[in-house]
Amino acid sequence: MESHIQVKDLKVSYGKQEVLKNVNLEIPRNRITVIMGPSGCGKTTLLMTMNRFLELNEGVTIAGQVLVDGHNIYSPDVDVTEVRKRVGLLAQRPTPLPMSIFDNVSYGMYIHQMRKETIEYKQAVRHYLELAGLWDEVGKRLHDPATALSIGQQQRLCLARGLAVEPEIILGDEPTSALDPVSSAHIEHKLLELKEKYTTVVVTHTLRQAKRLADHVVFMYLGEVVEQGPAAEVFGNPREERTKQYLQGLF
Amino acid sequence: MIPPIGSSTTGATGWQPQPVALARAKSNERARKIFLGFTALPVVLILLVTLGLLIRSWPILSTYPLQDLLFGEVWKPSKMLFGLLPFITGTVWITAVGVLISVPPCLLVAIYLSEYAHDSTRSFIRPILDLLAAIPSVVFGVWGLVTIVPFVESTVMPFAKAAFPYIPFLKVDQPTGFSVLSGGLVLAVMIAPLLISVVYEVLLTVPNDLRRASLAIGATQWETIRRVLIPQVLPGIIAAVVLGASRALGETIAVLMVVGNVPQIPTSIFDAAYPLPALIANNYGEMMSIPLYDSALLGAALILLIIILIFNVLSVIVLQRVKQRKWE
Ligand SMILES: Nc1ncnc2c1ncn2[C@@H]1O[C@H](COP(=O)(O)OP(=O)(O)OP(=O)(O)O)[C@@H](O)[C@H]1O
Ligand SMILES: [Mg+2]
Repeated sequence: MESHIQVKDLKVSYGKQEVLKNVNLEIPRNRITVIMGPSGCGKTTLLMTMNRFLELNEGVTIAGQVLVDGHNIYSPDVDVTEVRKRVGLLAQRPTPLPMSIFDNVSYGMYIHQMRKETIEYKQAVRHYLELAGLWDEVGKRLHDPATALSIGQQQRLCLARGLAVEPEIILGDEPTSALDPVSSAHIEHKLLELKEKYTTVVVTHTLRQAKRLADHVVFMYLGEVVEQGPAAEVFGNPREERTKQYLQGLF
Repeated sequence: MIPPIGSSTTGATGWQPQPVALARAKSNERARKIFLGFTALPVVLILLVTLGLLIRSWPILSTYPLQDLLFGEVWKPSKMLFGLLPFITGTVWITAVGVLISVPPCLLVAIYLSEYAHDSTRSFIRPILDLLAAIPSVVFGVWGLVTIVPFVESTVMPFAKAAFPYIPFLKVDQPTGFSVLSGGLVLAVMIAPLLISVVYEVLLTVPNDLRRASLAIGATQWETIRRVLIPQVLPGIIAAVVLGASRALGETIAVLMVVGNVPQIPTSIFDAAYPLPALIANNYGEMMSIPLYDSALLGAALILLIIILIFNVLSVIVLQRVKQRKWE
């Protein structure tokens, strides 16, 4: 299986505290990779290295490489806004921008000057809202403030907003943990649909969700990758003792 | 043995107030009343000041037509002419020019501090701003006198005279640098720390998730500031401007030293002006033999107080609305 993202010898520290110790990973293309592990083991940190969000924190040092399509996104010739355009992020809590539903979706396209005519923007906004499964609910009130939507709808809006800049990769940091069960199912369903076209990396704490979503699993413990591989192998027949214990709910 | 919590050694059931408890309740009540008394003091003071001004200015308010007082253009106490319009317009001009000069750079500073600056830069600049805010008014006045007035006179006025001779508010009709512009420049510096810190605080109330939502789709920091943050904090910026303006309205000494104090209605930023606080500070206690003079000055003080009250109420309302806004 071809890998889309490769992480090589990645080390991250906050100040003097080392939170990722020599991480090496292969993330397959057009599959859903699920990152699991106990709280504080560095899942968010790892995910944030992939869209270069980690450097927004003061006092972080990052060493090693994150390759997307074989190109190191930390090399000096790389434009960070281009990285973030290609690597979308679905955050834990939905955060609509303080503007209308329409403007939320067109914001990224507008900034990257991806369209010319107003009509193209209208068509594109509709397309991405449909893709995120939100069009039926908001098609008639595109110019209402996005904050008026329910939390579940807001998360789908954030998905549409991310998809609108045509990323290749979608990152999700516990993207359903703030949602009710129905809305969660909705997002999960969308992620499964979208994996045909996108490489997806999701952090989750719910084992059942991991089993529903994962093609590929990464298990982390205290800043290290303990085990990674196809979902069936890791879930069915884990090689490492710590993975086994985690799957049995021992920590 | 330690008695269990709640058990009482005196009362039969332990729930009735004991003599000691009654005394404690009484002293608690006394303390509460003392605190309340001091808390009510500001309210009482404002009422007393307003009432005092009203009583002392009553002689002129009841005999001199209000219209002539507010809109009269001539101030000649010896001839019984008490038009306050030159002073009211002077105050408005100087405040407006000060605020207009101060707001744009202060916005840039506040945004820089909250969005771009490192923690170390921030902790270096903030005490300096506090220091700037602590400089006494009279020091700003002297500084204005020795640097701003000559600068306006020798550099800005000749330039404006040559560059835009026909633009109404920029006409140069008088020879000296004692002008609305000088007053405005001094005020601009004086209100800057307040403007910067209020806008900065408002920016801090914006959750980081919002910035990250914009950055996550590849927006630059500037795009995020322009399209997400500024629209979001606009009410807060307005509140800051109103606060700055109400501070500027009452500023006396520093302004009085650089604006020339000529009782005329300014028509250009290069005209001299005579703001209300300066009128009161310069004249109260002198020539009090002239009938109604003292009453007219206190009337001027009352008008100033009312203008500032209105501004403060406005700023409170706007700030309230900012705080009530839901960010998520
Ligand atoms: N901004 C920060 N500054 C300092 N330390 C941090 C920061 N963010 C995270 N850490 C530390 O880094 C380690 C890994 O944190 P991270 O958020 O990546 O864990 P996580 O696996 O996502 O945890 P959770 O499952 O609770 O979300 C933790 O020990 C945490 O305390
Ligand atoms: Mg996390």
